[in-house]
Formats: sequence, structure tokens, C-alpha cells
Amino acid sequence: MAWTIICNLEEIPSLGSRIIKSSEGDIAVFRTSSDEVFALFDKCPHKGGPLSQGIVHGKRVTCPLHNWVIELESGEAVAPDEGCAHSIAARLEDGKVSLDLDESITAVA
Amino acid sequence: MQERLVVIGNGMAGMRTVEELLKLEPEKYEITVFGSEPYGNYNRIMLSPVLASEKTIDDIMLNDEQWYVDNGIKLYKGKNVTEIDRVARKVRAEDGTEADYDRLIIATGSNPFMLPVPGADLEGVIGFRDIYDVDRMLDAAKQYKHAVVIGGGLLGLEAANGLMKQGMDVTVVHLMDTLMERQLDAPAGKLLKKSLEERGMKFMMPAQTEQIIGEDRVTGLKFTDGTVIDADLVVMAVGIRPNFSLAESAGLHCERGLVVNDTLQTFDPRIYAVGECVQHRGMTYGLVAPLFEMAKVCANHLAEHGIARYEGSVTSTMLKVTGIDLFSAGDFHGDESTEDMVFQDAASGVYKKLVIKDNKIIGAVLYGDTIDGTWYFQLLRDGTDISDIRENLLFGQAHLGDSGHGDDNRVAAMPDSAEICGCNGVCKGDIVNAIVEKKLFTLDDVRAHTKASSSCGSCTGLVETILAETVGGDYSQAPKKKPVCGCTEHSHDELIAAIKEQGLKSKQAVYEALNWQTDDGCHVCRPAVNYYLLANWPAEYKDDAASRFINERVHANIQKDGTYSVVPRIWGGVTSPTELMKIAEVAEKHEIPTVKFTGGSRIDLLGVPKEKLPAVWGDLSEAGFVSGGAYGKSLRTVKTCVGSEWCRFGTQASMSMGIKLEKYTWGSWMPHKFKLAVSGCPRNCAEATIKDFGVVCVDSGYELHVGGNGGIKVRATDFLCKVDTEEEVIEYCAAFTQLYREEARYLERTAPWIERVGLTYVKEKVVEDAENRKALQQRFEESQKYVQIDPWKERAEGAESHEFTPLTVNAG
Repeated sequence: MAWTIICNLEEIPSLGSRIIKSSEGDIAVFRTSSDEVFALFDKCPHKGGPLSQGIVHGKRVTCPLHNWVIELESGEAVAPDEGCAHSIAARLEDGKVSLDLDESITAVA
Repeated sequence: MQERLVVIGNGMAGMRTVEELLKLEPEKYEITVFGSEPYGNYNRIMLSPVLASEKTIDDIMLNDEQWYVDNGIKLYKGKNVTEIDRVARKVRAEDGTEADYDRLIIATGSNPFMLPVPGADLEGVIGFRDIYDVDRMLDAAKQYKHAVVIGGGLLGLEAANGLMKQGMDVTVVHLMDTLMERQLDAPAGKLLKKSLEERGMKFMMPAQTEQIIGEDRVTGLKFTDGTVIDADLVVMAVGIRPNFSLAESAGLHCERGLVVNDTLQTFDPRIYAVGECVQHRGMTYGLVAPLFEMAKVCANHLAEHGIARYEGSVTSTMLKVTGIDLFSAGDFHGDESTEDMVFQDAASGVYKKLVIKDNKIIGAVLYGDTIDGTWYFQLLRDGTDISDIRENLLFGQAHLGDSGHGDDNRVAAMPDSAEICGCNGVCKGDIVNAIVEKKLFTLDDVRAHTKASSSCGSCTGLVETILAETVGGDYSQAPKKKPVCGCTEHSHDELIAAIKEQGLKSKQAVYEALNWQTDDGCHVCRPAVNYYLLANWPAEYKDDAASRFINERVHANIQKDGTYSVVPRIWGGVTSPTELMKIAEVAEKHEIPTVKFTGGSRIDLLGVPKEKLPAVWGDLSEAGFVSGGAYGKSLRTVKTCVGSEWCRFGTQASMSMGIKLEKYTWGSWMPHKFKLAVSGCPRNCAEATIKDFGVVCVDSGYELHVGGNGGIKVRATDFLCKVDTEEEVIEYCAAFTQLYREEARYLERTAPWIERVGLTYVKEKVVEDAENRKALQQRFEESQKYVQIDPWKERAEGAESHEFTPLTVNAG
């Protein structure tokens, strides 16, 4: 596990996201209206929709394919839907966003 | 520190309030509940099916004892509260149990009214109110033969039906000459009586009970005319009385019920009351729908959100006797100022009556065919003007458009395997199971748990009917006013009005002025708010990308695998060899896997990865193409036939008319997608009569048609008017479009919008009022000034590049 700086906060739009390619698939990095950052693998537990393309609200994102709502913090689907998108620890320090990437996940430059 | 909330009454109203409160503020209160019955909380309206052995007690439990434990609620069951000490803020039960409160909810419900006749206290004379009463009836049915039910109302007939199912010989005694006279008029009451008699039920009516005969146990009944009949069991079902004696003894103001205001507070502001025990604006209620509406408002105030008001309920009724379809709502008797619409088919046992006043439905009685009950009830509560649909009104909703769901089958007769929701593959059995197992009560609950009716919505009526039949007939589904989403209590119409009237010009201003419950809305309300702001303030408000669904944010259609489809505009569907070759070149160069003609006369390029979109657009843009808007809630296509330019039947130049209309109307955002067509003659090859705005050319000019839809529910257009010149076609088209843009609800197509506001209204604004038409056109053109910029070109040139470029990690 190692914190890897991936971008400056400004590079992610408020209430939006960016993706970063990794050896394990795309990772979606989200920014909320209060400038908190979160990261999830970019796959909805329902039908694999790209969560990065969804509408961000509060600490949640709505999948663009069938409107499942996913908690950004845990990756859990909001009830009554059931499922979990894998989350990755993300933090913001001095305006820089970093992810806690497992060694098995290599960010593809 | 937690405040203490005490609830007196463990019935449906009290517990519904607690459930609503737990949803809003689960930690706010330490909750204590007193219930006089020795059970958890059960669905009282389903006692009739229990009596008829169609359901068991377990089936109708809403919250078992574990639920109270899980939610940290202290439940005192079987304890009757006898005293409220408002000074010490303490309640005390019969056995001395005490609880202190900071806030108190009184939900003591009602008691059956027992006729004060001699013998009413004999053994075997009971009411019909709770599980205890049902048990006593079931016991009696095992030992005795003759049952008499006093009262031919809803409850009485359900009790009689249940006792008959238990093998008893049942006579219903009724004071009036019509059964269920509070819900039915005389013809419907007669039909009901006839079908109950066919099942073996006996009636004595009109008849007044003088005395109940017997020594210890009842043996018979004597009437005022001297007649005597045998009876081993007498069930009194002549009405209910709000139970407010406890409140009254605590000095709270009571009249016919415990008086509450619009926030469900009694005269002591720490004490709230909900359910059948209350009197609100002079009304008392004995049905479940109002209780739930009250519970929601009460919980909102207990949670200190403080934004909801209870403004009374309009109720509807269905009888829970299997095999009898009956529905009634509102004022179904009418008077001199009303008119009746009646459909009667005695042979097939169908009777429908609608009472109309000022072109609005104010009451309805349906017998034998109740499939449109929910629809009439909706029209009634919304106060919809029915003048445009009155010809077909009695035949039901299915007869409004040409097809769609609805009249396929009587829902009750459908097998469990019948597919109700075709989008999500949900069968009737799935819905019924979810309602029963998960204790669902509202359409939104059913949508969330089963996904039925959550996609295209065309099965909503069927789902509502199943819901009504499963949870109990007298429960009405949709709240009177439908909030935009969970972030607010306000409806779309209130939102539109507030933006306009209060001059709200930013999302933040809207959220603050209307007390939004969330900081930045959700995927439902944010796009709506964004649209309303754009439509009202085209010059000032800047479209917010974060409020747009992905398709509109990136100007392409997302597909199931996360790639996108790209549809360039082909004006009026008229193209050229050069254009086609250029599209082919782009498709080849970018290795686009699927190329398909759309139903709107253009070409769809499918399977483009997001990162490649700007490059594809760049090449199309260079070739002179602009975005086709195939993804947007905006103008989609203008379909044309070749018209007088080629066709031997053509009367006008439909192709060039179509191209002019498309160049004029593309760009502005709308409540939903918007389609046009121009046909060159009445043969209508461009199918203009299923479009939002359709033009049918005739020799002498142009017929304008509006509000058609070829999708979810096929609806042919309404004829708006006929005009003489192309300039007029443009002017009317602009005015109609702008009226729709300004007044329809977000995600409402023109077809349901016109059905809601009425064609007459649209004509008034667009056809009859020339000045208003011009003003609408002017506002449309103003709005177009800011949006007729090709979004593809901008992005191909680098706008919003963050959307299309993944982040990369810099080594070191």
C-alpha cells in the first residue's frame, strides 16, 4: 500500500470526477461540493456501468445506466439495491489528491 | 442529549409516524411506545381478509417485536395509558408504569360505536376493531350458526363476508335502504346487494334494531316493526368514534375528535396527535391514506425540519371482498350544480358514474369494472379540466390514446406469471410478494424494491392497482402532491412558480428559498432545477454541466458498455453523396463498429470510446456536420416526406419546410425530447400525427398538430389549427414550443402535458391570443440566441477537455 499523488484538486471538476487507468481497470476519482475526494473502481455492481460518468450528489453518485445510487465512501449501493463497488482510499493534502494504491494495482501512465 | 418521545398508541398511525421520523432523524429521540393490545404493530385494514381466512395474523404484522428492539424503541405492550400529566410531562399507565416526555404523540385511534339498545352488553355482542374481536368471531363461527351484522357499511359487509366464509348463516341489518350509502349511490348499492345475495348473504333493510334478546348470551334480535330473528353472534359495525377521552381528561381541546392544526399539534405544543383520534379542519378520518399523510407531516416537525403542512385529504374507497370490484371517491351524489355521466350495463354487472362540476370530476362510483379508479381519483385530486377528454372519459384511460397498456386484462384476474413491467421483466407475483414480504405501502416503495414501473412508467396504473388490491383497498397510493424527489417537499409546479415569481436565479437560491434538505440536490432534482433556471433566465443563468445527465454533458449517447453513439444532424433527413461519403470516411477511419439508420432519418455511429469522441467530432465538424442532439432533452429530428418537390401527390414543399423548421428550432433545452415532422399531403408519409409538433400540408395551406407520441403510449396528435403560410408555421411552432418549455414539468413529454393542461388551454395561449403568440415566439428566439452553438465543434477544439482525458500519474 502506498499513497500515490494523482492530480491537483482543480483538475477534478466540483461535483464531478476523473478517471485514471490502472492495471485492474479504470478507477474513478470523485470530488464533492465540499471538496472531499473519493475513489471507486469504475464499475457499478449492477451491470458494470461507468460510475465516473454519473451525477455526484452529497457523498453519492448515481450510475448513468440504471440509476443505482452508490455511496462514495464505502462503494455500497443505497438500499434497497444491494451490491458494492470496490473503494480505494483517497485523500487530499495541500491541494493534491492521492490514492492508496495496492501494489497489485499499477496506475498506467 | 437525546430528547424523550412518548407515543400513546401502537397502531398504524403512531408507528407510521415513528417510521417516518426514523428515516429523517434516527438519533434524535429516545422513543417509548405504549400499546393497549398485546401485539406488535399490525395492518388493521387487513383484518377482514384474516376473518375470511385469506390471510393470517403473521401476514398482516407490520413491525414485529424485533423491530422495536432493533430501533432502540421501548415498547410497553398491553399497557393502557390512563393519565397524562402535562405539567410534569409524564404519562402513566393503568398498572403504574410511567414515562417522561419532551414530546408526546397521541395516536389512540377510534372505538367501534356500540348501539345503545337493550341487550347490547350481552355475551356474543361485539364490535369489529382488533385481533381480539376477530378471534372472538372465529371462535363463535366454530360453535354457532346464526350471525347478525348490524351496519351495511364497508366494515359491516367485510365482517359479514368473513363470517359467511367461516360457514355461518349471516344476516346484515341496515338502517338505510342503500348499502354503503356513504360510498355508493343507489344503483351501485343495488348491484352490490344483488351479488352479495347471490353468495348467500341475507339482508334486512331498511330495519331498525329495537332490542337484542337473550339471557346471558344473545339469542335473537327484535326490530321496531316487531320482527324477531335468531342470532348467536351480533357484530356491531355502525361506525367508529374517535377515541379522545384520555386527551380530553388531560385538558386538551377536543370537539368530535382531538383538535390539531396543520402541523398536527394539539393545543399543547409539546403534544402531537395523528390518526383516527384527531379532528383536523373539522374533519375526522377513518381510512388509512390520510393517516399516512398525517404521519409524514408530523414526523417532519418532530425532526425539526419544519417545512411540511397537512392540508386535509381526499379519500377513496374499495371494498375488500374478493370478487367484488367496487370503487368510490369524492362527492358522488352531486346536486343541482353538477352533472352526472353514467354508464350502466346491468347484464354484465358494470356501473360507472362520474359527477362533474365546472368540467372537473368531483366524485366517482365504479362497480364491476374499477380498473380506472386510480385514474379518475388522480383527475379528481388534481382538479384536471376534462372538457377535452369527456367524450371518452367513461370508457377509461385506455381509450384516450390508441393503445398502450391498461385494458389488456382485469388486473385481479391476471395470473402471477403475467409480466407487468416489460422494461424490467417484473411479473405480477414478484410485485405481490414484495408488497407482502417487505411491507410496502407506496408506489415509490414498489418501484425501489421491484423496479416495476421505474423505467418507462407505462405500467404505473397496473402497479398501482396491484398495490391497492394487495395492501388493502381503501389505501390510496400517490400523495396528493408529488414532491420532485426526496430532497424537497415541493412539487414541480411549486418549483417552477417559485423560480418565476421570486426571481430565483441560481441553484443555491432555489435550495435556500425552498428549504432543500440536501446541500446539492440529487440526480432527480438537480437536472430539473438546472432546466427550470435555464428556461426562465436564458441570458443570465449558465448551464451547469454537473447537473446534466452524462448524455447531455458530453453530447453523445452512453451505451451499455460505456461507449457512446454519435449522430450528426442531417437537416430534414435530406443528404448528399458527398455527406454520405464523409460519414463513411469518418466511420472507417475511427473503426466505428456499428453504423445504423435511425427512425428519424439519420445515421447513428455506435461504439465510440469516450476519449475518441473529440476526434470523431473534429472530423465530422470539418466535413460540415453539427451535433444531431440525439441525446438531448431538446429538438431531435424533423422527419419529412419528399412533398411537392418530387411526389405526384405532394401539395407543399415539405422537405424545405422541414429543413427550415429544423434550422430554426435546434438548440434550446426542453423539458423532454421534442420531435417534429412535415408531411407533404394528408397521406401523411412522415407520420406527423405522432410527433410533438406535426405539420400536414394540404392544398390550401398547413394543418398543425400537437402532442403526439409514437413511443411509450401511442398518442395521435390533437389538431391545433390551420395556417396559410410557411412564416405562420414557424411562428406557431415557436410559440407552441416556448409554451411547452415554460410550463411543462421536467421530463414531461408534450403528450401527457397536453392531457394535463388540456388542448383548450394551449389553443387559448397559442391560437386565439395573437399577441401572446408573438410574445412566446420572441422569448423562444431570445433563448435560441444563446444555444445555437455547435457543442461538438467547441469540444473538438478543446472545450471541457477534462471530460475526455483520463488522468495520468507522473513518474516521480
